Amino acid sequence: MLTSPKDTATRPTPRAVPAREWNGRGGGFLVKLALLAIVNAFGVAVVLAAWRVESYGILAASVAILVAVDWVYLSRRTVPLKYLLPGLIFLAVFQLFVLGYTGYVALTNYGTGHAVTKAQAVDAVLIQNERRVEDSASYPLVVLRDGAELGFAILDTGTVRIGTPDQPLYDDPGAVVDGEGRITSVTGWEVVPRAELLTDSALQQRVFDLRVPASANAEDGSIRTREGSTGAVYRSVLEWDPASDTMTDVDTGVVYTATDRGNFVAQDGSALAVGWRVNVGLENFVRAVTDTDLAKPLLRVTGWTFAFAIISVVSAFLVGLGLALVYNDERVRGRKIIRTLFILPYAFPAFLSALLWRGMLNPEYGIINDWFFGNAYISWLGDPFLAKLSILWVNLWLSYPYWMLVCIGALQSMPAERIEAAKIDGAGRWRMFRSITMPQVLVSTAPLLIASFAFNFNNFVIIYVLNNGGPRFADTSFPLGHTDILISAVYNISGVAGGVADYGLASALAVIIFIVVGGISAFAFRQTRKLEEIGS
Amino acid sequence: MSTQPQTVTETPTTRRAYSAERAAGLRRRWWREVSWKYLLAVVVIFYAAFPLVYVLSAALSSSGGLSGSSSLFRSVSLDNFARLNGTSFWTWVGNTLVIGAATSLGTVLMGAAAAYAFSRFRFAGRRGGLTTLLIIQMFPQTVAFVAVFLMLLALGNVVPALGVNSKLALICVYLGGALGANAFLMFGFFNTVPREIDESARVDGASHGQIFWRIIMPLVTPALAVVGLLAFIGVFGDFILARIILTSQHNWTLVVGMYQWVSEEQNANWGLFTAGAVIAALPILVAFLAFQRYIVGGLTAGSVKG
Repeated sequence: MLTSPKDTATRPTPRAVPAREWNGRGGGFLVKLALLAIVNAFGVAVVLAAWRVESYGILAASVAILVAVDWVYLSRRTVPLKYLLPGLIFLAVFQLFVLGYTGYVALTNYGTGHAVTKAQAVDAVLIQNERRVEDSASYPLVVLRDGAELGFAILDTGTVRIGTPDQPLYDDPGAVVDGEGRITSVTGWEVVPRAELLTDSALQQRVFDLRVPASANAEDGSIRTREGSTGAVYRSVLEWDPASDTMTDVDTGVVYTATDRGNFVAQDGSALAVGWRVNVGLENFVRAVTDTDLAKPLLRVTGWTFAFAIISVVSAFLVGLGLALVYNDERVRGRKIIRTLFILPYAFPAFLSALLWRGMLNPEYGIINDWFFGNAYISWLGDPFLAKLSILWVNLWLSYPYWMLVCIGALQSMPAERIEAAKIDGAGRWRMFRSITMPQVLVSTAPLLIASFAFNFNNFVIIYVLNNGGPRFADTSFPLGHTDILISAVYNISGVAGGVADYGLASALAVIIFIVVGGISAFAFRQTRKLEEIGS
Repeated sequence: MSTQPQTVTETPTTRRAYSAERAAGLRRRWWREVSWKYLLAVVVIFYAAFPLVYVLSAALSSSGGLSGSSSLFRSVSLDNFARLNGTSFWTWVGNTLVIGAATSLGTVLMGAAAAYAFSRFRFAGRRGGLTTLLIIQMFPQTVAFVAVFLMLLALGNVVPALGVNSKLALICVYLGGALGANAFLMFGFFNTVPREIDESARVDGASHGQIFWRIIMPLVTPALAVVGLLAFIGVFGDFILARIILTSQHNWTLVVGMYQWVSEEQNANWGLFTAGAVIAALPILVAFLAFQRYIVGGLTAGSVKG
């Protein structure tokens, strides 16, 4: 039997395994077919959905993935790919693409006011500027309901036409109209009784806001109602001329011209509210350096990012190394217990620690002021200097045990002969530490020091959870603060958590982080190679 | 460090006076060189442990607020723990477990499969693939969170289950980082399994799938456990992606939910937070202390390997 892998591991020639027990295409093959069927079904569904909403990028990607999956798992020649493909797909979509997309977004003005494509922006502008067409006909109208969804039905010269915000008007031959010209029922929808509409003010508001397009073309306007029983055609006061790329206000005659900045701008400089995203080249990067409102705070954030990362690593390393050296002494009893108590902070999840310290540093009720400072009101997280100090202090608390453990390991793996030899040569303690211990420890911890620097460079959790990057800078309109590091600045500027969004600028800053961290990692990688050569 | 007290215990009786002097010297030396280490230990232990003692005390306090929590263990009650039932806390625990378990399972399977391919097959692009993975893993996915968010916005229009505010989408995003971070670790482990084992199985007619599932995978179980645990801890502690992707309260993970408690009404929610923190941290604390030896071993192995 080959069910126990230990047998095969210990026996050099597992002759007890009869070849016929492997029954080639059995259950495994069926499982594979079933999985492939599920993946194909899902993939086809995604392709169809992408087709429906006209997302051609996603459509192309899912077709490509589907073809790759089927080819790899049905061909007999692609054995390594059968193992690599699932991971590669996730890697390609959720990491490689995302990295590339960051670079692309960094070159655009994607953000609030420039969030959509040009075609979408044109439609949105037209819809936002709709007014009732003067002296236009009004139609008898009823409100339709299907669950939470609302729609309208109008009577247009004897034909009942129905529609919803997503579905432009279409004829409904099955509708019933009573003798007084009122629509009483339509196919597939419930007609909302007039009495209910008059009593339910929330429903009223939704009905008054409802906009049913007259056709798929936004320029044809829409049907709206002001009281729920008659509808009229609303049309945009702007007229879109694709040939000259302009919007003309038919009331005032003002012409808005599309600019390469992604806005419709009139001659007097006024712009329409909705713009579209365009490529702005390196402008986001240039802005980060030259914009007076942004460059100065960003420079301080960058400086603090480096200071925070370097001080965090160095302080934790020194404390950890010191403790490892001091308690690497056989005369101290109970070292095991001492060590276990020392590493307690490391075993407490980092985000909980940050939240815990946030409460303990509270100036009014926190125990730090209460226990150690005689209940004085010290605003640890409200003062720029104290906030930085607090963050470094908390990060030291979090990370010195890691370095202590690493250094203990490094000290214990130090060859005893070397120490012996140094002693015989009459080296003093300091001399031994400097010439033997320290180099040995550094050789084995240098890669970890660099990795830890890269980690702290992007240590969003402690910065954001402890103090949200506060206190805020007073001299800038950007939501940045004295303890923000680059990645929390990206977070605040991007607006993903609410507020004004500037994805373009945020992505540009992310690209800068990538360059720094990538550079450091590449350097670390080469150093590690060198150290390995030394070690071997 | 340099003295060995045992060597002086067997001195000849005729030289008792000398030996007494020697013992006194040793004692002085102990006072000078060792005693302060106990003193320092007390100070460090206080620094390390007082926040943890405090969180336990605040969790057990009956006051439930930050303001009444400064005297240790003045009252001991389970009120705060009972009050957790009236909140979304257990939903968040469930979400964290589901997302963490799915991510670590997916990471282990995909990472192991990739490591198997790199370790056991020789194919065009193998070296290039390994190098590419090494380079990719230098660029942390979390920094690209803006692009992740925008991509999920677009994806959600097509497949709502993979859009913003979906746990499945978050799991997929985490899995995107699986290969870069872990394939190398596993690649090393897979290389330690002798090739003779799978070659002999192949001679016996085993297919590559059978070798993978029935021979290699059981042999590298410890490595799989380590990678799975690392992935789980990564999910447990991730804040930035979870916060921007999971927007509605019933989808939150522990990190996002408890952050919201403390950042919104720190004073009022302090009892809830401390009780939740004790529950969330206790399993990890116990596991950590129980497996301390292995973790220390792993760290030093890592430190030597880089």
